[in-house]
Amino acid sequence: MSENNGSNGAVRIGVYTCHCGANIAATVDVKAVAEYARSLPNVAVSREYKYMCSDPGQDLIRQDIRDHQLNRVVVASCSPHLHEHTFRTALKVGGLNPFFFHMVNIREQASWVHENKIHATRKAKDLVRAAVRRVARHEALERGRVAIHPDVLVVGGGIAGIHAALTLANAGKHVFLVEREATIGGHMAKFDKTFPTLDCAACILTPKMSAVRAHPNITLWTYAEVTQVDGFVGSYKVTVNRRPRYVDEDLCAGCLDCIEACVYKQAKVPDEFNMNLGKRKPIYVPFPQAVPLVPVIDPETCIQFKSGKCKKTCVDACGERHAINLRAEAKQETIEVGTVILSTGFQTFDAARTPEYGYGVHPNVYTALEVERLVNASGPTNGEVVMRDGKTPGAVGIIHCVGSRDERTNRWCSRVCCMYSLKLAHLIKEHTGAEIFNFYIDMRTPGKGFEEFYQKLLSERVHFVRGRVAEVTDWALQPSEEGKLVIQVEDTLAGFVRRIPVDMVVLATGLEPHADAQEVRRMFNITCAREGFFLERHPKLAPVNTFTDGIFLAGCCQGPKDIPDTVAQAGAAAAEAMALIDAGYVETEPNTAHVMEEVCAGCKTCIPMCPYHAISFMLDIHKSHINEALCKGCGTCVAACPAGAIKQNLFDDDEIFEEIEGILTNA
Amino acid sequence: MNPYGYFPGCSLRATGVAYEESLLTLFRLLDLPLEELRDWNCCGATSYMSIDEESAFQLSARNLALAHKAECRDLLAPCSACYLVLRKTQDYVERYPAIGKRVKESLAAANLPVLDGVRVRHPLEVLYTDVGVERIRSRVVRKWSGGRVACYYGCQIVRPFEEVDRAHNPTRMDELLGAIGAPTVEYPLKTACCGGALTGTMHPIGVRMNYILLKEAVRKGAQAIVTVCPLCQYNLDAYQSEIRGKTSTPVDMPILYFTQVLGWALGADAESLGLKRAISGRKFLEQWFSKETQEAEAYV
Amino acid sequence: MPEDFEPRIVAFFCNWCTYLAADLAGTSRIKYLPNAEVVRVMCSGRIDVQFVLKAFAKGADGVLIGGCHPGDCHYQEGNYKCLRRFRLVQRLLKQMGIEQERLRLEWISAAEGDRVRVVINDMVQTLKRLGPAPKLVEQAADLTEVNA
Repeated sequence: MSENNGSNGAVRIGVYTCHCGANIAATVDVKAVAEYARSLPNVAVSREYKYMCSDPGQDLIRQDIRDHQLNRVVVASCSPHLHEHTFRTALKVGGLNPFFFHMVNIREQASWVHENKIHATRKAKDLVRAAVRRVARHEALERGRVAIHPDVLVVGGGIAGIHAALTLANAGKHVFLVEREATIGGHMAKFDKTFPTLDCAACILTPKMSAVRAHPNITLWTYAEVTQVDGFVGSYKVTVNRRPRYVDEDLCAGCLDCIEACVYKQAKVPDEFNMNLGKRKPIYVPFPQAVPLVPVIDPETCIQFKSGKCKKTCVDACGERHAINLRAEAKQETIEVGTVILSTGFQTFDAARTPEYGYGVHPNVYTALEVERLVNASGPTNGEVVMRDGKTPGAVGIIHCVGSRDERTNRWCSRVCCMYSLKLAHLIKEHTGAEIFNFYIDMRTPGKGFEEFYQKLLSERVHFVRGRVAEVTDWALQPSEEGKLVIQVEDTLAGFVRRIPVDMVVLATGLEPHADAQEVRRMFNITCAREGFFLERHPKLAPVNTFTDGIFLAGCCQGPKDIPDTVAQAGAAAAEAMALIDAGYVETEPNTAHVMEEVCAGCKTCIPMCPYHAISFMLDIHKSHINEALCKGCGTCVAACPAGAIKQNLFDDDEIFEEIEGILTNA
Repeated sequence: MNPYGYFPGCSLRATGVAYEESLLTLFRLLDLPLEELRDWNCCGATSYMSIDEESAFQLSARNLALAHKAECRDLLAPCSACYLVLRKTQDYVERYPAIGKRVKESLAAANLPVLDGVRVRHPLEVLYTDVGVERIRSRVVRKWSGGRVACYYGCQIVRPFEEVDRAHNPTRMDELLGAIGAPTVEYPLKTACCGGALTGTMHPIGVRMNYILLKEAVRKGAQAIVTVCPLCQYNLDAYQSEIRGKTSTPVDMPILYFTQVLGWALGADAESLGLKRAISGRKFLEQWFSKETQEAEAYV
Repeated sequence: MPEDFEPRIVAFFCNWCTYLAADLAGTSRIKYLPNAEVVRVMCSGRIDVQFVLKAFAKGADGVLIGGCHPGDCHYQEGNYKCLRRFRLVQRLLKQMGIEQERLRLEWISAAEGDRVRVVINDMVQTLKRLGPAPKLVEQAADLTEVNA
């Protein structure tokens, strides 16, 4: 059917007011709005219906376009962010150019936020009136297309990034996986066992890490960070800074003789991977299964870097391979990708912010991540739960919700801590036979097998005390508390305050956004939600998309979650990226601007306005020209032009004036 | 400089008179002018607040309104309870419109409609912030020859407002005492409640809370406890003989005000610091604040 | 001024930040006064001085502009340009005898749903205090007189 592009004679508008069940209808008198719309100039049809976005709802529109020769459509319902696309498609199917449509938000911005029905209805009428006036000015438009470069950038090499990269690589896409640390693996590489199956974390993670290393479609850059992002969906130009390891990745064979040979016979530097509970040498690999298995030299602690006077036994040990290059420099790489997946993960809550728990004051107060390293057989104590004072604990207290569900620190629930606290209770008991107390507010065990895991812990005679711990203190009220850490807590189920002496306290610290999350999101032109995690397009229906086309989220950078959900989300992000790549192009919103040459005075005011350098000056005719392929439709040049020579599709001056006048004309 | 408004509160004119004596002496030595708030009334302390909150706010707010009228920007309330009640009144009047309305209505009836613009402050915070540890250190003329002290902050100046010091592990008093050379011990109960009025109303419970504080101080090696609040001082001071009788703890420890200790280091004499009013640990006080040590050479 | 004066506010919200914040206020069911009606633009940089003048000319008592926080503009710097124009139109309005508080610029990010409520409610109170805006009369340009 040839498209009606509205150029034949009178404007005929169809207005549809949606009930959205009771969401709108309970507050806005939709019948009155529809009645009112019927009375407006140029309105040929006005209806109200329960769910405009449903198939029958859309059918109404399609039918009316045919039966009533409509050439403009207004729908008053929810936010255009939700269904503008839906209704535009309905117009298209009905044979009308999709841009003869305007949407009125009478739900998120009226029925859901106003209590007074009279005012809400009056507002709905005003906005419908404004839309009817505006839409009369709409013109037929065509969407542009932008080609999608088939390569993908994945930022962050934890389990989310690894899974997304592998999924895409297996589908034949080329992936750049950029990771800031010297190895991929993220936080998961530090865990001992994972809940609820008590699978060894390294055992399930390392095969995936090796697969990344081996995959021909993945370019892995570790010890590297993204420093600049230009461009837009389909063609992002990204600059990556690869920091110098001082050991050449291509030449290194992974024998690790250099580490053995280091002049430091004993490891002396606090080992970050082991949460500073162990020591490493200035030349080191973070852990034995690191990918890539290439050592890193830390210039802050290496004698050669600090004084220039080292025997460089590492270089000798490397011998003929000559893999160690102490003069290496940072390298900038520039790549072009069509889509980006952000999987930058989280940081754990700093327990020093809850000083009442004594972290950093009492040596035997630990964070959960530190305990993961203690129970881990390849950790600093070879899997023995031995405290800083050398002793094995006879009683351990595990405090839930440290830095979570707390008005003074972080309000949200970090989702994984109840489960990992149960896991640690089990592991510590298994290693030491100690008496274990878990102090919780609620037990949150929603996943598959989680409740059963909790039951198992109950049967293992772990004690559960419901109460938010007030204090961890070393003062002894009675002799049995001497030399112990006393946990003071109100046992809310028993109804009194208890003092429970233990030897070791474990703080279940919550998950937070990375300290530099704001900088990262500005680089990628996305937003963060109030807590600082990256903002998804829709919390229910689009949890991996962002508001910037082509940038997707996976894992805890979008919000705290456990490994199964992270992997699921990573797969989803990979699928979204793949959908774009396989389609080959993305359609752009046709809200671009163009210069009306006959009005342009050649003053050049607009030229420096455009952040995308879409405006150039044509010297031969002394006029400005906008490259519509580069134009993103912000409209800044339109407002800046003193002569009013620039028009913007969909947001033209005349259209907006109609909206303003429509709002203010008294009904 | 503008004088600080001075709100002594009832205790400083009764059992806490040594606090006032030493505070006035210390502030005079540091050239900090104090001007007593004219016609001040009892703040109501914790007692009134527990019985009739609405009237308690009105009573306490009158002092703030008087301060406003006297154009007093900073109102010093040395007693912890006075400090907290005044500060809490300010906070609640602002945050809860219903309370604010009632308070302002009754104040208006007394022709004192406005209570804004007054900062309620505690001398510990004033000495730390407005004078500073370094300046105190530079004014020391007398070396501390007393024992190790446990700095006891009590609860009301650090909870819920943390303007005087942190709620958990506050250290400002320790720092000031460190500046005059007094050795301090680690005292984990530094913000635990002394029992307050319970020594009067539920005596065994109140005394037990004091016993816990004293016992821990002894255990940590302290020979004196230094406080900021007249009720804390009184509680810890007055029942030591009872505690000696009922438990096996031979405690006989001076309980001093921080203003007494600082005043002594800055050169004031024992009389002007109210040291004679102490009940417990008198024999130590005689040694530490004796005429001989009074005449000791200047501390460099 | 009549007891029941309800000020009318025309609000220009940028699509990526403030409009989303207003949507968030909706999904969070945050309640605020109904005096503001929103015109959506892609960027606060799109806001022409004429939009503001047109709004006052057609009877608005107040105009609210909402954009992204400085540094966060979806189109890099559009909000800075909006800020510059805002300063200009503020001075213009002053010369026309329109009180400064009637035009308001706020940076509201997509996560700040509650701020939408705070700003709109506050602006309504301010406008109730000020009363209806002075009437601006739009002169149609009559070019026949110019070339005389």
